[in-house]
Amino acid sequence: MGMTMTEKILARNAGLAAVEPGQLIKCKVDLVLGNDITSPPAIKEFNKIGRPIFDREKIVLVPDHFTPNKDIKSAEMAKTVREFAKQHEIVNYFEVGRMGIEHVLLPEVGLVAPGDVIIGADSHTCTYGAVGAFATGVGSTDMGAAMATGDTWFKVPSAIKVELTGVLPKWVTGKDVILTLIGMIGVDGARYQSLEFTGEGLASLTMTDRLTIANMAIEAGAKNGIFPVDAVTRAYIKGRVSKSFEEVEADADAVYAQVVTIDLNQLVPVVALPHLPENVRKVAEVPETTIDQVIIGSCTNGRIEDLEQAAQIMAGRSVHPVVRAIIIPGSQGVYLEAMQRGFIETFIKAGAVVSTPTCGPCLGGHMGILAAGERAVATTNRNFRGRMGHVDSEVYLSGPYVAAASAVLGRIATPEEVLA
Amino acid sequence: MILEGKVWRYGDNVDTDVIIPARHLNTSESKELAAHCMEDIDPAFAGNVQPGDIIVADRNFGCGSSREHAPVAIKASGITVVVADSFARIFYRNAINIGLPLLEIGEAVKHIKAGDKIRIDLSSGTVENVATGGVFKAQPLPGFIQDIAKAGGLVNYVKEAGG
Repeated sequence: MGMTMTEKILARNAGLAAVEPGQLIKCKVDLVLGNDITSPPAIKEFNKIGRPIFDREKIVLVPDHFTPNKDIKSAEMAKTVREFAKQHEIVNYFEVGRMGIEHVLLPEVGLVAPGDVIIGADSHTCTYGAVGAFATGVGSTDMGAAMATGDTWFKVPSAIKVELTGVLPKWVTGKDVILTLIGMIGVDGARYQSLEFTGEGLASLTMTDRLTIANMAIEAGAKNGIFPVDAVTRAYIKGRVSKSFEEVEADADAVYAQVVTIDLNQLVPVVALPHLPENVRKVAEVPETTIDQVIIGSCTNGRIEDLEQAAQIMAGRSVHPVVRAIIIPGSQGVYLEAMQRGFIETFIKAGAVVSTPTCGPCLGGHMGILAAGERAVATTNRNFRGRMGHVDSEVYLSGPYVAAASAVLGRIATPEEVLA
Repeated sequence: MILEGKVWRYGDNVDTDVIIPARHLNTSESKELAAHCMEDIDPAFAGNVQPGDIIVADRNFGCGSSREHAPVAIKASGITVVVADSFARIFYRNAINIGLPLLEIGEAVKHIKAGDKIRIDLSSGTVENVATGGVFKAQPLPGFIQDIAKAGGLVNYVKEAGG
């Protein structure tokens, strides 16, 4: 019986010839990741085990959620992570000034490679499926244990094949693809399963589109989302990934529990209404909805291409007087390139604020918290009740074009409405 | 092991942001987390939950963020077990790893209401609604997961296994 990409990667790292859905396996990990919120409890659990770390080059620590430290307690957590990194001579610890939002940073600096098994104490670790890795979010105890043992346990997931056909139309991005899919299958539509993206439609998806799509696999409940390795992937990792790796390809006779087909030609810009990512509507069909804030950034849409899209809409225009527009480049590298290409100037002239990289407002941490009754359009990944602030605030999820257009018009809007 | 307690009843897709909002994640102290548990979905919970009480929910309980602070907050609030139609996978892992028992009983949760007293036999995976007499059977935990649960969580399991 043939295996999916996920099954083949898991089988290889478990030292098994084959695995099948439902099987419990112990699996070697190629990378263990944590952030400033999840690492302190992981370090505590790690210390209870009382063993050395398994590999100082395979643990990655990125303080990105409440950094630059938003309060004293957060500063203490960041300090715990910093001291642990120093004590164990962790190679890949990223201090403020060199850091980025973890899932923007790791692919950018070449720490994730095709065929890797990656666990991270952050649910959006699934982002790395974009480069053909098996990557999934876990909790702090899993992270702590894996830092000591170099392995973890998995239940092999069954798979949903997402067959993409056609070509992405203008103004439609990876964010619209994944929101449309979540709208189709629901927030638990892929619970415990892998989402395996495939089909001729992949050719029109940039690496940024793929990173955004894989990033939100968790929002459909999936264990991971994964893309085949093709020319787009190889061009992206060239010059970034220096370690050796092995590309993995799904068998032609791999077994999928379900097949979902999406014709990219038919997609339009969409938005997910409060309070679930599955409440997806075409932007053009949303009744007039005024807004107070726009966030463009996050591990979902904080890459240079995302900022380029926002700048394209904002160039020569002004953010609506009632809107606070907050732009957050996902890494120092993205920030620098955005500056060199003039995007930062465009944003500032438009009346937007540009922040240092941080997860900040996405999870209601800092840098843009909503008051009661306020409404935001955000390129982030979750619009749960109270996610960005007060329990009576609202978050609408979209891609950068729609977010930027909404910032300009002060209401949820399509890019065409601005450019018309 | 038999657990008996009063039910706190919740619906579909209870996410980890409402179980413990991120504004409280600048600590991982379990008692501090428990003081804010369920704050954004049920402000009455933290002040009224009694040791031994049980949470019963519908589909996809614990979806969203991987924050282990969510099951930690629930456990520290005195809840002994969570019963649901289904659980989100990271929450499921985290709960097992920190020693908070979970039972998945599918649509049978529809027969349990807020305030009901229910009795749970963890070894056989049965859930009995004391008020109505209804008995529901959970999916048994795989052997390896039972071993982690018996050890009291993953860290003890790894220490005992030594490998």
